[in-house]
Parts: sequence; structure tokens; C-alpha cells
Amino acid sequence: MALLSYLDRERTVAGPGFSRWMVPPAALAVHLSIGQAYAFSVFNLPMTKLLGISQSAPNDWKLTELGWIFSIAIVFLGLSAAVFGRWVEEGGPRRAMFTAGLCWGGGFLVSAVGVYAHQLWLIYLGYGVLGGCGLGIGYISPVSTLIKWFPDRPGMATGMAIMGFGGGAFIASPLSVWLMGNFSTATHIGVAEAFIALGVIYFCFMMAGSVMVRVPAPGWRPAGYVAPAQPRKLITTRDVFVYDALKTPQFWLVWWVLCLNVTAGIGVLGQASAMSQEMFPGHVTPVAAAGFVGLMSLFNMGGRFFWASTSDVIGRKNTYFCFFAIGTVLYALVPTTGQLGSVTLFVCCFLVIISMYGGGFSTVPAYLKDLFGTRYVGAIHGMLLTAWSAAGIFGPVLVNYIREYQIDHGIPKAQAYNVTMYLMAGLLVIGFFCNLAVRAVSERHHMREDAMARQGARG
Amino acid sequence: MSMSNQGETTTLQLALAWAFVGIPLLWGVINTLEAAAKLFS
Repeated sequence: MALLSYLDRERTVAGPGFSRWMVPPAALAVHLSIGQAYAFSVFNLPMTKLLGISQSAPNDWKLTELGWIFSIAIVFLGLSAAVFGRWVEEGGPRRAMFTAGLCWGGGFLVSAVGVYAHQLWLIYLGYGVLGGCGLGIGYISPVSTLIKWFPDRPGMATGMAIMGFGGGAFIASPLSVWLMGNFSTATHIGVAEAFIALGVIYFCFMMAGSVMVRVPAPGWRPAGYVAPAQPRKLITTRDVFVYDALKTPQFWLVWWVLCLNVTAGIGVLGQASAMSQEMFPGHVTPVAAAGFVGLMSLFNMGGRFFWASTSDVIGRKNTYFCFFAIGTVLYALVPTTGQLGSVTLFVCCFLVIISMYGGGFSTVPAYLKDLFGTRYVGAIHGMLLTAWSAAGIFGPVLVNYIREYQIDHGIPKAQAYNVTMYLMAGLLVIGFFCNLAVRAVSERHHMREDAMARQGARG
Repeated sequence: MSMSNQGETTTLQLALAWAFVGIPLLWGVINTLEAAAKLFS
């Protein structure tokens, strides 16, 4: 019972003198852990040889079967963020981070049992369902807390946390390879042991985050910060209840803004290595392509911080205008880089594109805060993440199927991506107009004073 | 990392908290940069 009460929102209210700069590391501890999801593919190949060891045996799992693990996790990320968003918001960040740690660490342990028993459904259940819930709850848990601590720079604050999600793969990828190497023998591949170790490490890391996190006391403001008394253009000074937000056109316009931005980026992110080699045969080797993928990951992470921070200066709507306008030009330019044979131009185009893909994720919480207020921003953000799940299906399907269709119809591999690039540019044009249509939320959707006071008393 | 809700945050606490997340992230970034350098070699 003492543990449960320790997790209460009331127990996390910061006292006087608490530095708000303690909160970003708490958020990063969670996001760096769940960011492992981007590096899960390092386990795919070893898991196809668990029985055969040196090569796949007939009863070993197929890559196509293993691909579902990540897909299930991303689907449950979106679903759990949408379903548990309000609970996360009202229960406070410590309870949410603790739960996310249990789900994420527990997901690895259940998956380890699945590997030992060679039961794939246990991995779907463990990493996919349980881990996916950890992803969703962990992803949204620090967002509204950071926005409340940094009302003067909400974009920068959420950008820092969500940057961690992009950076988690940098740690997880070499760590997983190292762990598997240590636990493997001539007759055994150490995937299960690596899962157990990762589960324990991530659980401890996330618990540290949940211990560090604090929410500001009611009425707290940063020194020298004066909240605007009147709403500005898109920025409201009121709050919108989570389920009322779904009734506004603004929510669905931003849903499409995020979905289209992510669809364009996620499709090429998964195909970057193959695309660079096929568009520049003989010039880009597999080793160089791996370097290109690494560089893209860095820009994906850096873009999350850079663009979200920039949005504090130029505004969220203008930031998304940048993504859609610059992105359209760059996608349309990619086929030309292939015709010119300019690897440098190709790489530069994609590094900027992928920075804006990351920026789309990190800028959206502050965009929601501007439109719907801070009270339920975490829960509304959770609902919006279904756009990510949808884009996770649209993006790769568009890129893969159009490429295959082109090659089947006799188009050389070097030109097989041209139509896809123009299509992505077209999607960004649609996104531009969705963003253009976003207006301030009507006052009839704002919470009434008595409801706000009631909710305020709850934290 | 445990802290009471009361009392001022010290510089040491801040440094430890940032090191806790910063060092693993830096290690990962350096690893990735080493891999990315192969693009230019």
C-alpha cells in the first residue's frame, strides 16, 4: 500500500526550490528505454537460427513471422496511448512511468520465456502486446508534465524527451549485440538471456525516471514568466476535455498532419539502405549504406530537438509549413539526384527529410497544447498517436509495393523509387493544406470554469 | 536518485541526473558516428 501511495500524483508535487531541469532526465530515462523498439530488428536474424544455430532449421521461425513482433508492438503503442491516455493524465507521471516500466521490462521477460520454449505467440504477447502497452504509456507519460514545467518553452521540453525515443536505438543496438555475443555459445544463441538482461536494465532505468519525476505545484510559474492573459491566434489559455477534443475538426486535421508527415518519412526510413544502393549501383556499398542509415538515425534524433525548439520561436503551424513545403521540394528533387548521380545531394536531401520526420513527432505535443490547453494534453496526444500506427502501415506498404510494381513492369531498379518520391511529395502537399486549415478551437469546446476547478483540485 | 519533495535541488543532483541519461546516450551516439563515418570512407 505504501508503494501504491508513493505513486500517487499528490506525492509527486514538487516542493519549493525543486529545479525543473530534473524533469527532462526523468523523461529521458523512460524514452531512451522504450526507444529500444527502433533497434528490435537486431534480434530478427538470430531468432531465425535458434534451433539450427549456424543456419535456419526447418522448424526455425521465418523473418516474415518475426516481423509481426514489431508491428504488434507499434499497434499496441497507439492503442494503449489512446485507451490509457486519460488514466495517465489523471494518475500522474510517476504511476504511469512505473506501469510503463513494468510492462516494458515484463514484456522482455515473457519474450525470454517464449524464446526458451520456442513459442512465438509468447513473444507476440510479451514484446508485442505487453511491451507495446509499455511503449504507449511510457511515450505519453512525461509529455504533459514537461509542458507544465516549461510553459515558456514547451516545444524544447517535449523535444528533449521525444529525442530520447529516437536515441534509444543508438544504445539498444550495440548493447543487444554485445549481450547476445556474451551469452552465445557454439550450441546456443543467447537471445533469451539478452532479453532477460535488457528487461532488468530497462526496468531499473525506468524506475529511476519514475522516482525523479515531479509535477509542479498548482499555480507554479518559472521565474520571470508571465502567462499571456489573452489567447493568441491558435494558442488558447483554456483547456479542452479529452473526449471533447475528438469532436473538434482541429484534432482530426492535426491527426492527418501527423499521419502524412510520418507516412512520408517512415516509408523511406525502412528502405534507406536498399534505396541508396539501388539508386547508385557501384557507388554506395552495403557498408556505406549502413553508415547512411546511422547518419539518418542521428538526424532523426537531432531533428526532434531542433525542430521542436524552433517551433517555440516561429510557432507550431509555421514549423509544420516548413516540414511540408521543404519536404515536398526535397522529395521531388530525389529522382533528380539519381539522374545526376550525386550521392552527396541524395544524402543531404534525406538527412533534412528525416530530421523533419523526427520533428513532426516532437512538435505535435506543443501543437496540441496550443490548441487544447495543458490539462489533458497527454491524453489527447495519446489519442493522436493512432496516426502513427496508421502511418506505420501506410508508409512501408506504399514504398514497397510501388517499388515492386515498377520493377515488375520493367523499370530499372535505379529509377524504381521515382514514382514513390513524387507520391510522397504529393502526400506532403495534402498535409500542407490540412495544416493550413487548422484554426483556433471554438470556445464552445472549452471546459467550463466549474469543471476546470474540479479537475484542478484533482491535480 | 531518490529525493524528498522538499528542499532545493543541488547542483550535484542535477549533474548526476543528467549524467545518468547523458552518458549512455553519448556512448550510443559515438557508436553510431563511427558506423556513419564508413559512408565517407
